[in-house]
Amino acid sequence: MSTLSVNVEAISTHQAHEHHDTSGDTVFGFWLYLMTDCLLFASFFATYAVLFMNTAGGVSGKDIFELDFVAIETAALLVSSITFGFAMIAAHSHKKALTLVFLAITFCLGAVFIGMEIYEFQHLIAHGNGPQQSAFLSSFFALVGLHGLHVTAGLIWMTIMMIEVARRGLGKATVTRLSCLSLFWHFLDIVWICVFTVVYLMGAM
Amino acid sequence: MSNNETHHDASHGSVKSYLIGFVLSIILTAIPFYLVMSGDYSKVTTLWSIVSLAIIQIWVHLKYFLHLNFITEDGRASSFSFLFSALIIIMVVGLSVWIIYASNAMMMY
Repeated sequence: MSTLSVNVEAISTHQAHEHHDTSGDTVFGFWLYLMTDCLLFASFFATYAVLFMNTAGGVSGKDIFELDFVAIETAALLVSSITFGFAMIAAHSHKKALTLVFLAITFCLGAVFIGMEIYEFQHLIAHGNGPQQSAFLSSFFALVGLHGLHVTAGLIWMTIMMIEVARRGLGKATVTRLSCLSLFWHFLDIVWICVFTVVYLMGAM
Repeated sequence: MSNNETHHDASHGSVKSYLIGFVLSIILTAIPFYLVMSGDYSKVTTLWSIVSLAIIQIWVHLKYFLHLNFITEDGRASSFSFLFSALIIIMVVGLSVWIIYASNAMMMY
C-alpha cells in the first residue's frame, strides 16, 4: 500500500515536473522562432544597406528624416519595454489588476509608436516620396514597414492577452503566453535599435 | 530556496534589473541622437560611436530585458541560439555588403 502511494506521488511529481518543462520548452521554441525572424530582418537590412545610395535622383535620407520625430518614437518604444517588464513581474506575482494596467500602458505606447510611423509614411507618400520612387525608398519602406507590421501584430496579440487575463486570470498557460509576448516585444525593441542606428542616424548624418 | 530565487530572477527579472536596463538604454539612445543632431564631431568619429553604442545597447537589452544568461540551462540554450543567429547575420549582411560594394567599385561607380 505504502509502495503504491509512493508510486502515485512519484508519478504526480514527475507529471508536474514535465508540465514545468513544457512551459519552458514553449518559451524556448518561441525564442527559436524569433531567431529565424532575426534572419528575415537581417536580409531586409542587407537589402537596405546595398540600395540606400540608389536614390534615382530623388530624395535621400538626409532630406526626409526628422530626428526629433524619430527620437519620440524611440522613447515611446523604450518606455513600453519597461512597462511590459513590470507587467511580467506583476503577472508572476499573480497581481491581475496591476498586470492589466501595465499591459494597457504598454499597448498605448505601442499604439503611439505605430500612429507616428503611419503618419510618417503618409507624409512621405503625400509629398511624392512613396516606395515606388527609388530603390532607396523601396528598401526603406520595406524595412521600417516590416518592423511596423511586427509591432502591429504585437498590439493585436496584446489585446487578446488582456482579454484572456481579464477573463481567465493568471493561470500557468496564460503566464507562458505572456512570456512569449514579452520576448516578442523586447525583441522588436532590439530590432528598432538597429533601425534607428542604421536607417535614421546614419541616413541623417 | 536561494537557488530557486536566483533562477526566478534570471528567468524573468526584478524591478531593479528592469530599471537598470531602462536607465542604461535611455543613456545609450540619447548619446547617439545627440552626436548626430549636434553634428559637432567628424563623420568617422560619429559613425563608429553610434555603431558601438548600438551594439552595447543591444547587449543591455539582451541581458536586462530578455534575461539571456549562461547560468541556467534554459538561459544557456537561448544564449547559444542567439550567438549562432548573430554569426549567420554577420555573414549574410557583412558578406552581401562587401560583395555588392566591391562590384560597384569594379563597375567604376
